[in-house]
Amino acid sequence: MKVYKFESSDKGQITYRDKKRYLWLASMVYPLVAVSGIGLYMATGSEWSFLAPLVFIYGVSTLFDAIFGVDENNPPEELVPQLEEDRYYRWLTYFTVPIHYAVLFALAIFVGTQSVSLLSVLALAITGGIYSGLGLVTAHELGHKKSRLERNLAKIVQAVPAYGHFCLEHNRGHHRDVATPEDPATSRMGESIYQFVRREIPGAFKRGWKLENDRLERTGKNVWSFDNEILQSYAITAVVQLALIASFGWIMVLFLAVHNFWAWWQLTSANYIEHYGLLRKKEASGRYERCQPYHSWNANHVFSNILLFHLERHSDHHAHPVRRYQCLRDFPDLPSLPTGYFGMFVAAYIPPLWYRIMDKRLMALPHVAGDLDNVNVQPGKLEALLARYPKQTEVSDTLFHQAEAVAA
Amino acid sequence: MSCFQCPDCGYVYNEAKGDAHEGYPPGMKFADLPEEFVCPDCAVRYKEDFVSLETSK
Repeated sequence: MKVYKFESSDKGQITYRDKKRYLWLASMVYPLVAVSGIGLYMATGSEWSFLAPLVFIYGVSTLFDAIFGVDENNPPEELVPQLEEDRYYRWLTYFTVPIHYAVLFALAIFVGTQSVSLLSVLALAITGGIYSGLGLVTAHELGHKKSRLERNLAKIVQAVPAYGHFCLEHNRGHHRDVATPEDPATSRMGESIYQFVRREIPGAFKRGWKLENDRLERTGKNVWSFDNEILQSYAITAVVQLALIASFGWIMVLFLAVHNFWAWWQLTSANYIEHYGLLRKKEASGRYERCQPYHSWNANHVFSNILLFHLERHSDHHAHPVRRYQCLRDFPDLPSLPTGYFGMFVAAYIPPLWYRIMDKRLMALPHVAGDLDNVNVQPGKLEALLARYPKQTEVSDTLFHQAEAVAA
Repeated sequence: MSCFQCPDCGYVYNEAKGDAHEGYPPGMKFADLPEEFVCPDCAVRYKEDFVSLETSK
């Protein structure tokens, strides 16, 4: 296995071997799990088989996160430039793009040609949506890069779930506004995922279009021109999805509608858990403080990370958004989720469970120090949350009065 | 004409070239970029964070 070396003037020779080098192939082939249900169905004849990919993503991956635990590998900062330049890693992201298309086509052809129950069609559409949601993870990794090739591949892969505004909006909007009340892609304490989705999907759509409209205005071009990068991606979606509808009829309308929405819902789920309640302070200049490592929730679990191009090392990603996945580092004392993303998604879908797990973690963070002034709180929920997490001064006042009463 | 670099991702704004994709024409001074300018590549560094690289005659 390749060994990276660096001669440091003060630390001597630094070496690093990426133990996950070949494990990253998992991020590339993972979307293929989506079609495992079809394979099982062909072997057994049971339509229950279609649930296999769902069991894997939520059950098996969460179980393996618990079994394999956290990842202690961390590339030394000095060797990050060498890892960045190793082209093997970026080839994996390139090859993942056609795999997402292959999965969509395999599921669509199956639904369009086989006679299975409506419930099975829905299960396959949801499965497709979840795994095309992973297409947005691939788009995320590619879309943050500077090369034209990678940015074009991002546009192509984000077209699979019809989310052509994603990279533009995410890079220029979410990263700029993250962990502020203004960011539609940052969830607030006391905000359920079902409230969040109604703010996140339209908010991101509007912000993406505004950013692209502003850019095109500066270049003197019309927003409806083919230079509009959002429209370029939507055009790919239109060709692909209309071709599927033309080939397989109206069943495709239902299949694609559910597939697309469920992929967006995957992104909503990731956005919901990545910055829940975290808040950047406003400085005297009126700008928000720079995004700090404690403004993202992380999951350093090895299993789900190798399925997600290291997305769960989220603090380092926000610190260095163009840094490649193989270089992302973990740091001590970051805000940490108790399990990987997929397990946390399930918790998010049951709001009382989510609040029970996360609210106390959020309030215990060192920079929050139990003070709701340091938290991004859902409007209308402050009073209820203050009753549960009173101001420290009020707590001391109460203790003082109690002590006085006892003394009297 | 000067060049200004993003201290995080290395993006360089060259006043002589401008940035056609972003709609800043050749010759546009860094100082004349909008105040809300953020790095076009990483978006996490503001205009005031950029560092001047060199001055070419």
